[in-house]
Amino acid sequence: MRILRATRSGIVSLALLMFAGILFLTPATPARAQGAAADPAGTIARFGTDSYGDTEAALGALSVSGDPRASEIVEALRDGRLLFDPQTKAVFLRSPAGAVTDAATGAAVAAPPAGLRPVRMNNRVRRAVDAAAGALALVSPDPAKRLDAAAAVFKSRDAAALPALDAAIAKESDARVKTALAEARAVLIVGNPSVAEAERVAAARLIAARGDQEALAALSNLPADSPAAVKQAAAAGIESINSSLAMWAVAQNVWYGLSLGSVLLLAAIGLAITFGVMGVINMAHGEMVMIGAYTTFVVQEVIRTSAPFLFGWSLAIALPLAFLVTALVGILIERTVIRFLYGRPLETLLATWGISLILQQAVRSIFGPTNKEVGAPYWMSGSFDIGQMAITYNRLWIIVFALLVFFALLLVLKRTMLGLYVRAVTQNRRMAAAMGIRTGRIDALTFGFGSGIAGIAGVALSQIDNVSPNLGQGYIIDSFMVVVFGGVGNLWGTLVAAFGLGIANKLLEPFAGAVLGKIIILVLIILFIQKRPRGLFALKGRAVEA
Amino acid sequence: MLGLLGRAAKGLGVGLGALAAVAAVAGSIGSASAQETIKVGILHSLSGTMAISETTLKNVMLMLIEEQNKKGGVLGKKLEPVVVDPASNWPLFAEKARELVTKDKVAAVFGCWTSVSRKSVLPVFKELNSILFYPVQYEGEESERNVFYTGAAPNQQAIPAVEYLMKEEKVERWVLAGTDYVYPRTTNKILEAFLKSKGVKAEDIMINYTPFGQSDWQTIVSDIKKFGSAGKKTAVVSTINGDANVPFYKELANQGIKATDIPVVAFSVGEEELAGMDTKPLVGHLAAWNYFMSIKTPENDAFIKQWQAFMKNPKAVTNDPMEAHYIGFNMWVQAVTKAGTTDPDKVIAALPGTKQPNLTGGVSEMLANHHITKPVFIGEIEEDGQFDVVWKTENLIPGEAWSPQLEGSKFLVADWVKLNCGNFDTQKNVCLGSATK
Repeated sequence: MRILRATRSGIVSLALLMFAGILFLTPATPARAQGAAADPAGTIARFGTDSYGDTEAALGALSVSGDPRASEIVEALRDGRLLFDPQTKAVFLRSPAGAVTDAATGAAVAAPPAGLRPVRMNNRVRRAVDAAAGALALVSPDPAKRLDAAAAVFKSRDAAALPALDAAIAKESDARVKTALAEARAVLIVGNPSVAEAERVAAARLIAARGDQEALAALSNLPADSPAAVKQAAAAGIESINSSLAMWAVAQNVWYGLSLGSVLLLAAIGLAITFGVMGVINMAHGEMVMIGAYTTFVVQEVIRTSAPFLFGWSLAIALPLAFLVTALVGILIERTVIRFLYGRPLETLLATWGISLILQQAVRSIFGPTNKEVGAPYWMSGSFDIGQMAITYNRLWIIVFALLVFFALLLVLKRTMLGLYVRAVTQNRRMAAAMGIRTGRIDALTFGFGSGIAGIAGVALSQIDNVSPNLGQGYIIDSFMVVVFGGVGNLWGTLVAAFGLGIANKLLEPFAGAVLGKIIILVLIILFIQKRPRGLFALKGRAVEA
Repeated sequence: MLGLLGRAAKGLGVGLGALAAVAAVAGSIGSASAQETIKVGILHSLSGTMAISETTLKNVMLMLIEEQNKKGGVLGKKLEPVVVDPASNWPLFAEKARELVTKDKVAAVFGCWTSVSRKSVLPVFKELNSILFYPVQYEGEESERNVFYTGAAPNQQAIPAVEYLMKEEKVERWVLAGTDYVYPRTTNKILEAFLKSKGVKAEDIMINYTPFGQSDWQTIVSDIKKFGSAGKKTAVVSTINGDANVPFYKELANQGIKATDIPVVAFSVGEEELAGMDTKPLVGHLAAWNYFMSIKTPENDAFIKQWQAFMKNPKAVTNDPMEAHYIGFNMWVQAVTKAGTTDPDKVIAALPGTKQPNLTGGVSEMLANHHITKPVFIGEIEEDGQFDVVWKTENLIPGEAWSPQLEGSKFLVADWVKLNCGNFDTQKNVCLGSATK
């Protein structure tokens, strides 16, 4: 047990050796494989003892046992489908479809005992499982699995896997898998003193051609006593990878900047209406975002209990509801408080700040002070790679969503009757009133509209931030910063300011750190506002006076 | 939907409970009932940023006091909780502490969470000579006559966690990531010194600080990924504060960093924090605490049952600072009983040496340096949001007020029994006086 624990790579090598054995030696030495497989139950029973050491040992033994069901059992263990009975210590295997079989014999169990528990894993066991599963999958009929297996060998860098890898390469027909296998093989031989120097140099070049962080790790790990030519090739490889990674890093930072910008845009866009267009210093804006996020939570909670199949759609369902709820809250606030305070910015500031505290504490009393879990639908989790850049789906969708909301808002303001009324009232209230527009009603609707947009933003932000009563506080400063920086009353200014600040922040962050980066941005904005008090895109003409 | 209504009702219930408690207090101030009850102050934020963590502690104190009253109270008198809300506002902590001691005349105060709130009430407790029980893990470098530290000192949490990673996960490269305030900064300073003393090179340590409530972790997580690709096993030691953890773990999961690649060991993530997260992508990440809800002992089972009944929520979780209050409160009850009075000087003298069974099967003892002995557990996050204990110390570890890893505190000891000093310099053989540095 101790030996097996010491080298997780040992398991890989054992598994690989076994498959090398099966590939080449099976006809010659059938007795050996059968002899080892004669007592597989003794191995499998060790899964039932509820000890990490035993589980790991059993994994190792299973890999060399030659049991044809080894790969099935390892997979079941990985997916939590390998069960044991705490009383009898018997081990069972549940198929993905739900059928339970006896893990030792493979016989179906009609009535599995109650209280079965999955075999527990810790990180050590999990790594061993990944390695064993990878090694076992080198001969899998599924090319995708073979690709994963090649990656597992690449990661484990275990020289003992070489024979099995050679065999797998010889048999491989899929070009992509073959490349991956060749790369894995290169990692194994580049540091191996028994391999010819020329071959090792070629291996170093092959690894360098991969150009990613794992290749860098493999090349940096070269033994110190390697021949000069190999070292040189590795050093050249490291240099070229580093310079290409540095370029990708800039692209990655710009992407992160866009992503941060989209969050700023979402947070600020509602404020661009209530503060930018109407001129209300709305300190309760963040709480509208928060209420939108809580609406998402409630929607998901209802879906979880009464219609789980709709979960993938939960965000889409939450969007209109969040808009409605926050718009209603906004209209209520406007009608009961803000309308008495137009033209008195200080009082508005204090009153809305008070409202924000009331809303926070109300939510805290209803839902409790702790964070609420808002789940991510499957299409918003995970990431994909473009070159050496990882792009996470949730951030991608939030960028798309922020732009959609922005253009929808623009459309409403520029192309609809409501938008026309809003612009008329904010530009010249008395003239608009004289034209027969009910300005009070428009004020309420505009404020409700801005609040509703903030609520929609809350739905998106619930995916990347904590849903807690304090959610809004984190965004209020940033929102004002964006709107003021972009130019009050100018929607395009808000867009440019959000993305500009986001990208500037993210380009600064690697050098200055997160804390200092934020400070620098704030200082720059203060200096900028000193120079241009009306922001990037100042409104000109009479609208400014209104 | 029903579950939701239940939660809403629970929230209201808690709110009403707090109101009732406050009303009870208000009622009692006017009457001459001070003779019949012993008042216990509860100084935890019920609103503002820290409400997320501290509200539970207020509730657990109410439960403990109720329980003690069922047993007949202390010294034949009933205990009476006095709840105040310092609203996550550090100066207000000092104000409320003064109010509790001078106006309400409480016998002892249980409270504070952040180090900055503790620092702000210290002068008040010193000046008015009262008693504070502080239940949260902290950075050490402090020992006050009037304060009893029932949370973990760095040697009871951070150092064992790092040793575990070195031994069991063979980690050679370290990311020390923390929120930018006193606890992470001091802890990381201690850890850095400790790692270097173990032969870790400076280039294998990356230190990163982020503001409170950081929500955009993209750059930092990809930096960690880069740092971890140098061919050596890498781990993250996280002193990231409560709220910012959720987006941090989400980003880790989204960028595909699994616990088997780069494990994260956290010192501020407990059952309570995990309750607000989707824990599936977090499986295998670690936390170091002195208590886990999942530990099976008769005491713990009884405590959890009592807590869930008190909260009227069968899903309510327990966590480490709650256990610290459980230990601290029972030690205080013992000390008051032993002293036969609530007089602060006598209770402070009676507390060191008090022994109280903790919830994980050991017996914690209050030490002369006003810290307690605690076991250390390393747990891996499981899919259900609980921790699976993968390692624990054989014995209880005595808390060290001063870290031997730091230059400034190498030769300091705290001993309030023999030396009557919180920072005795063993080299110069003098007490440095005013105990905090």
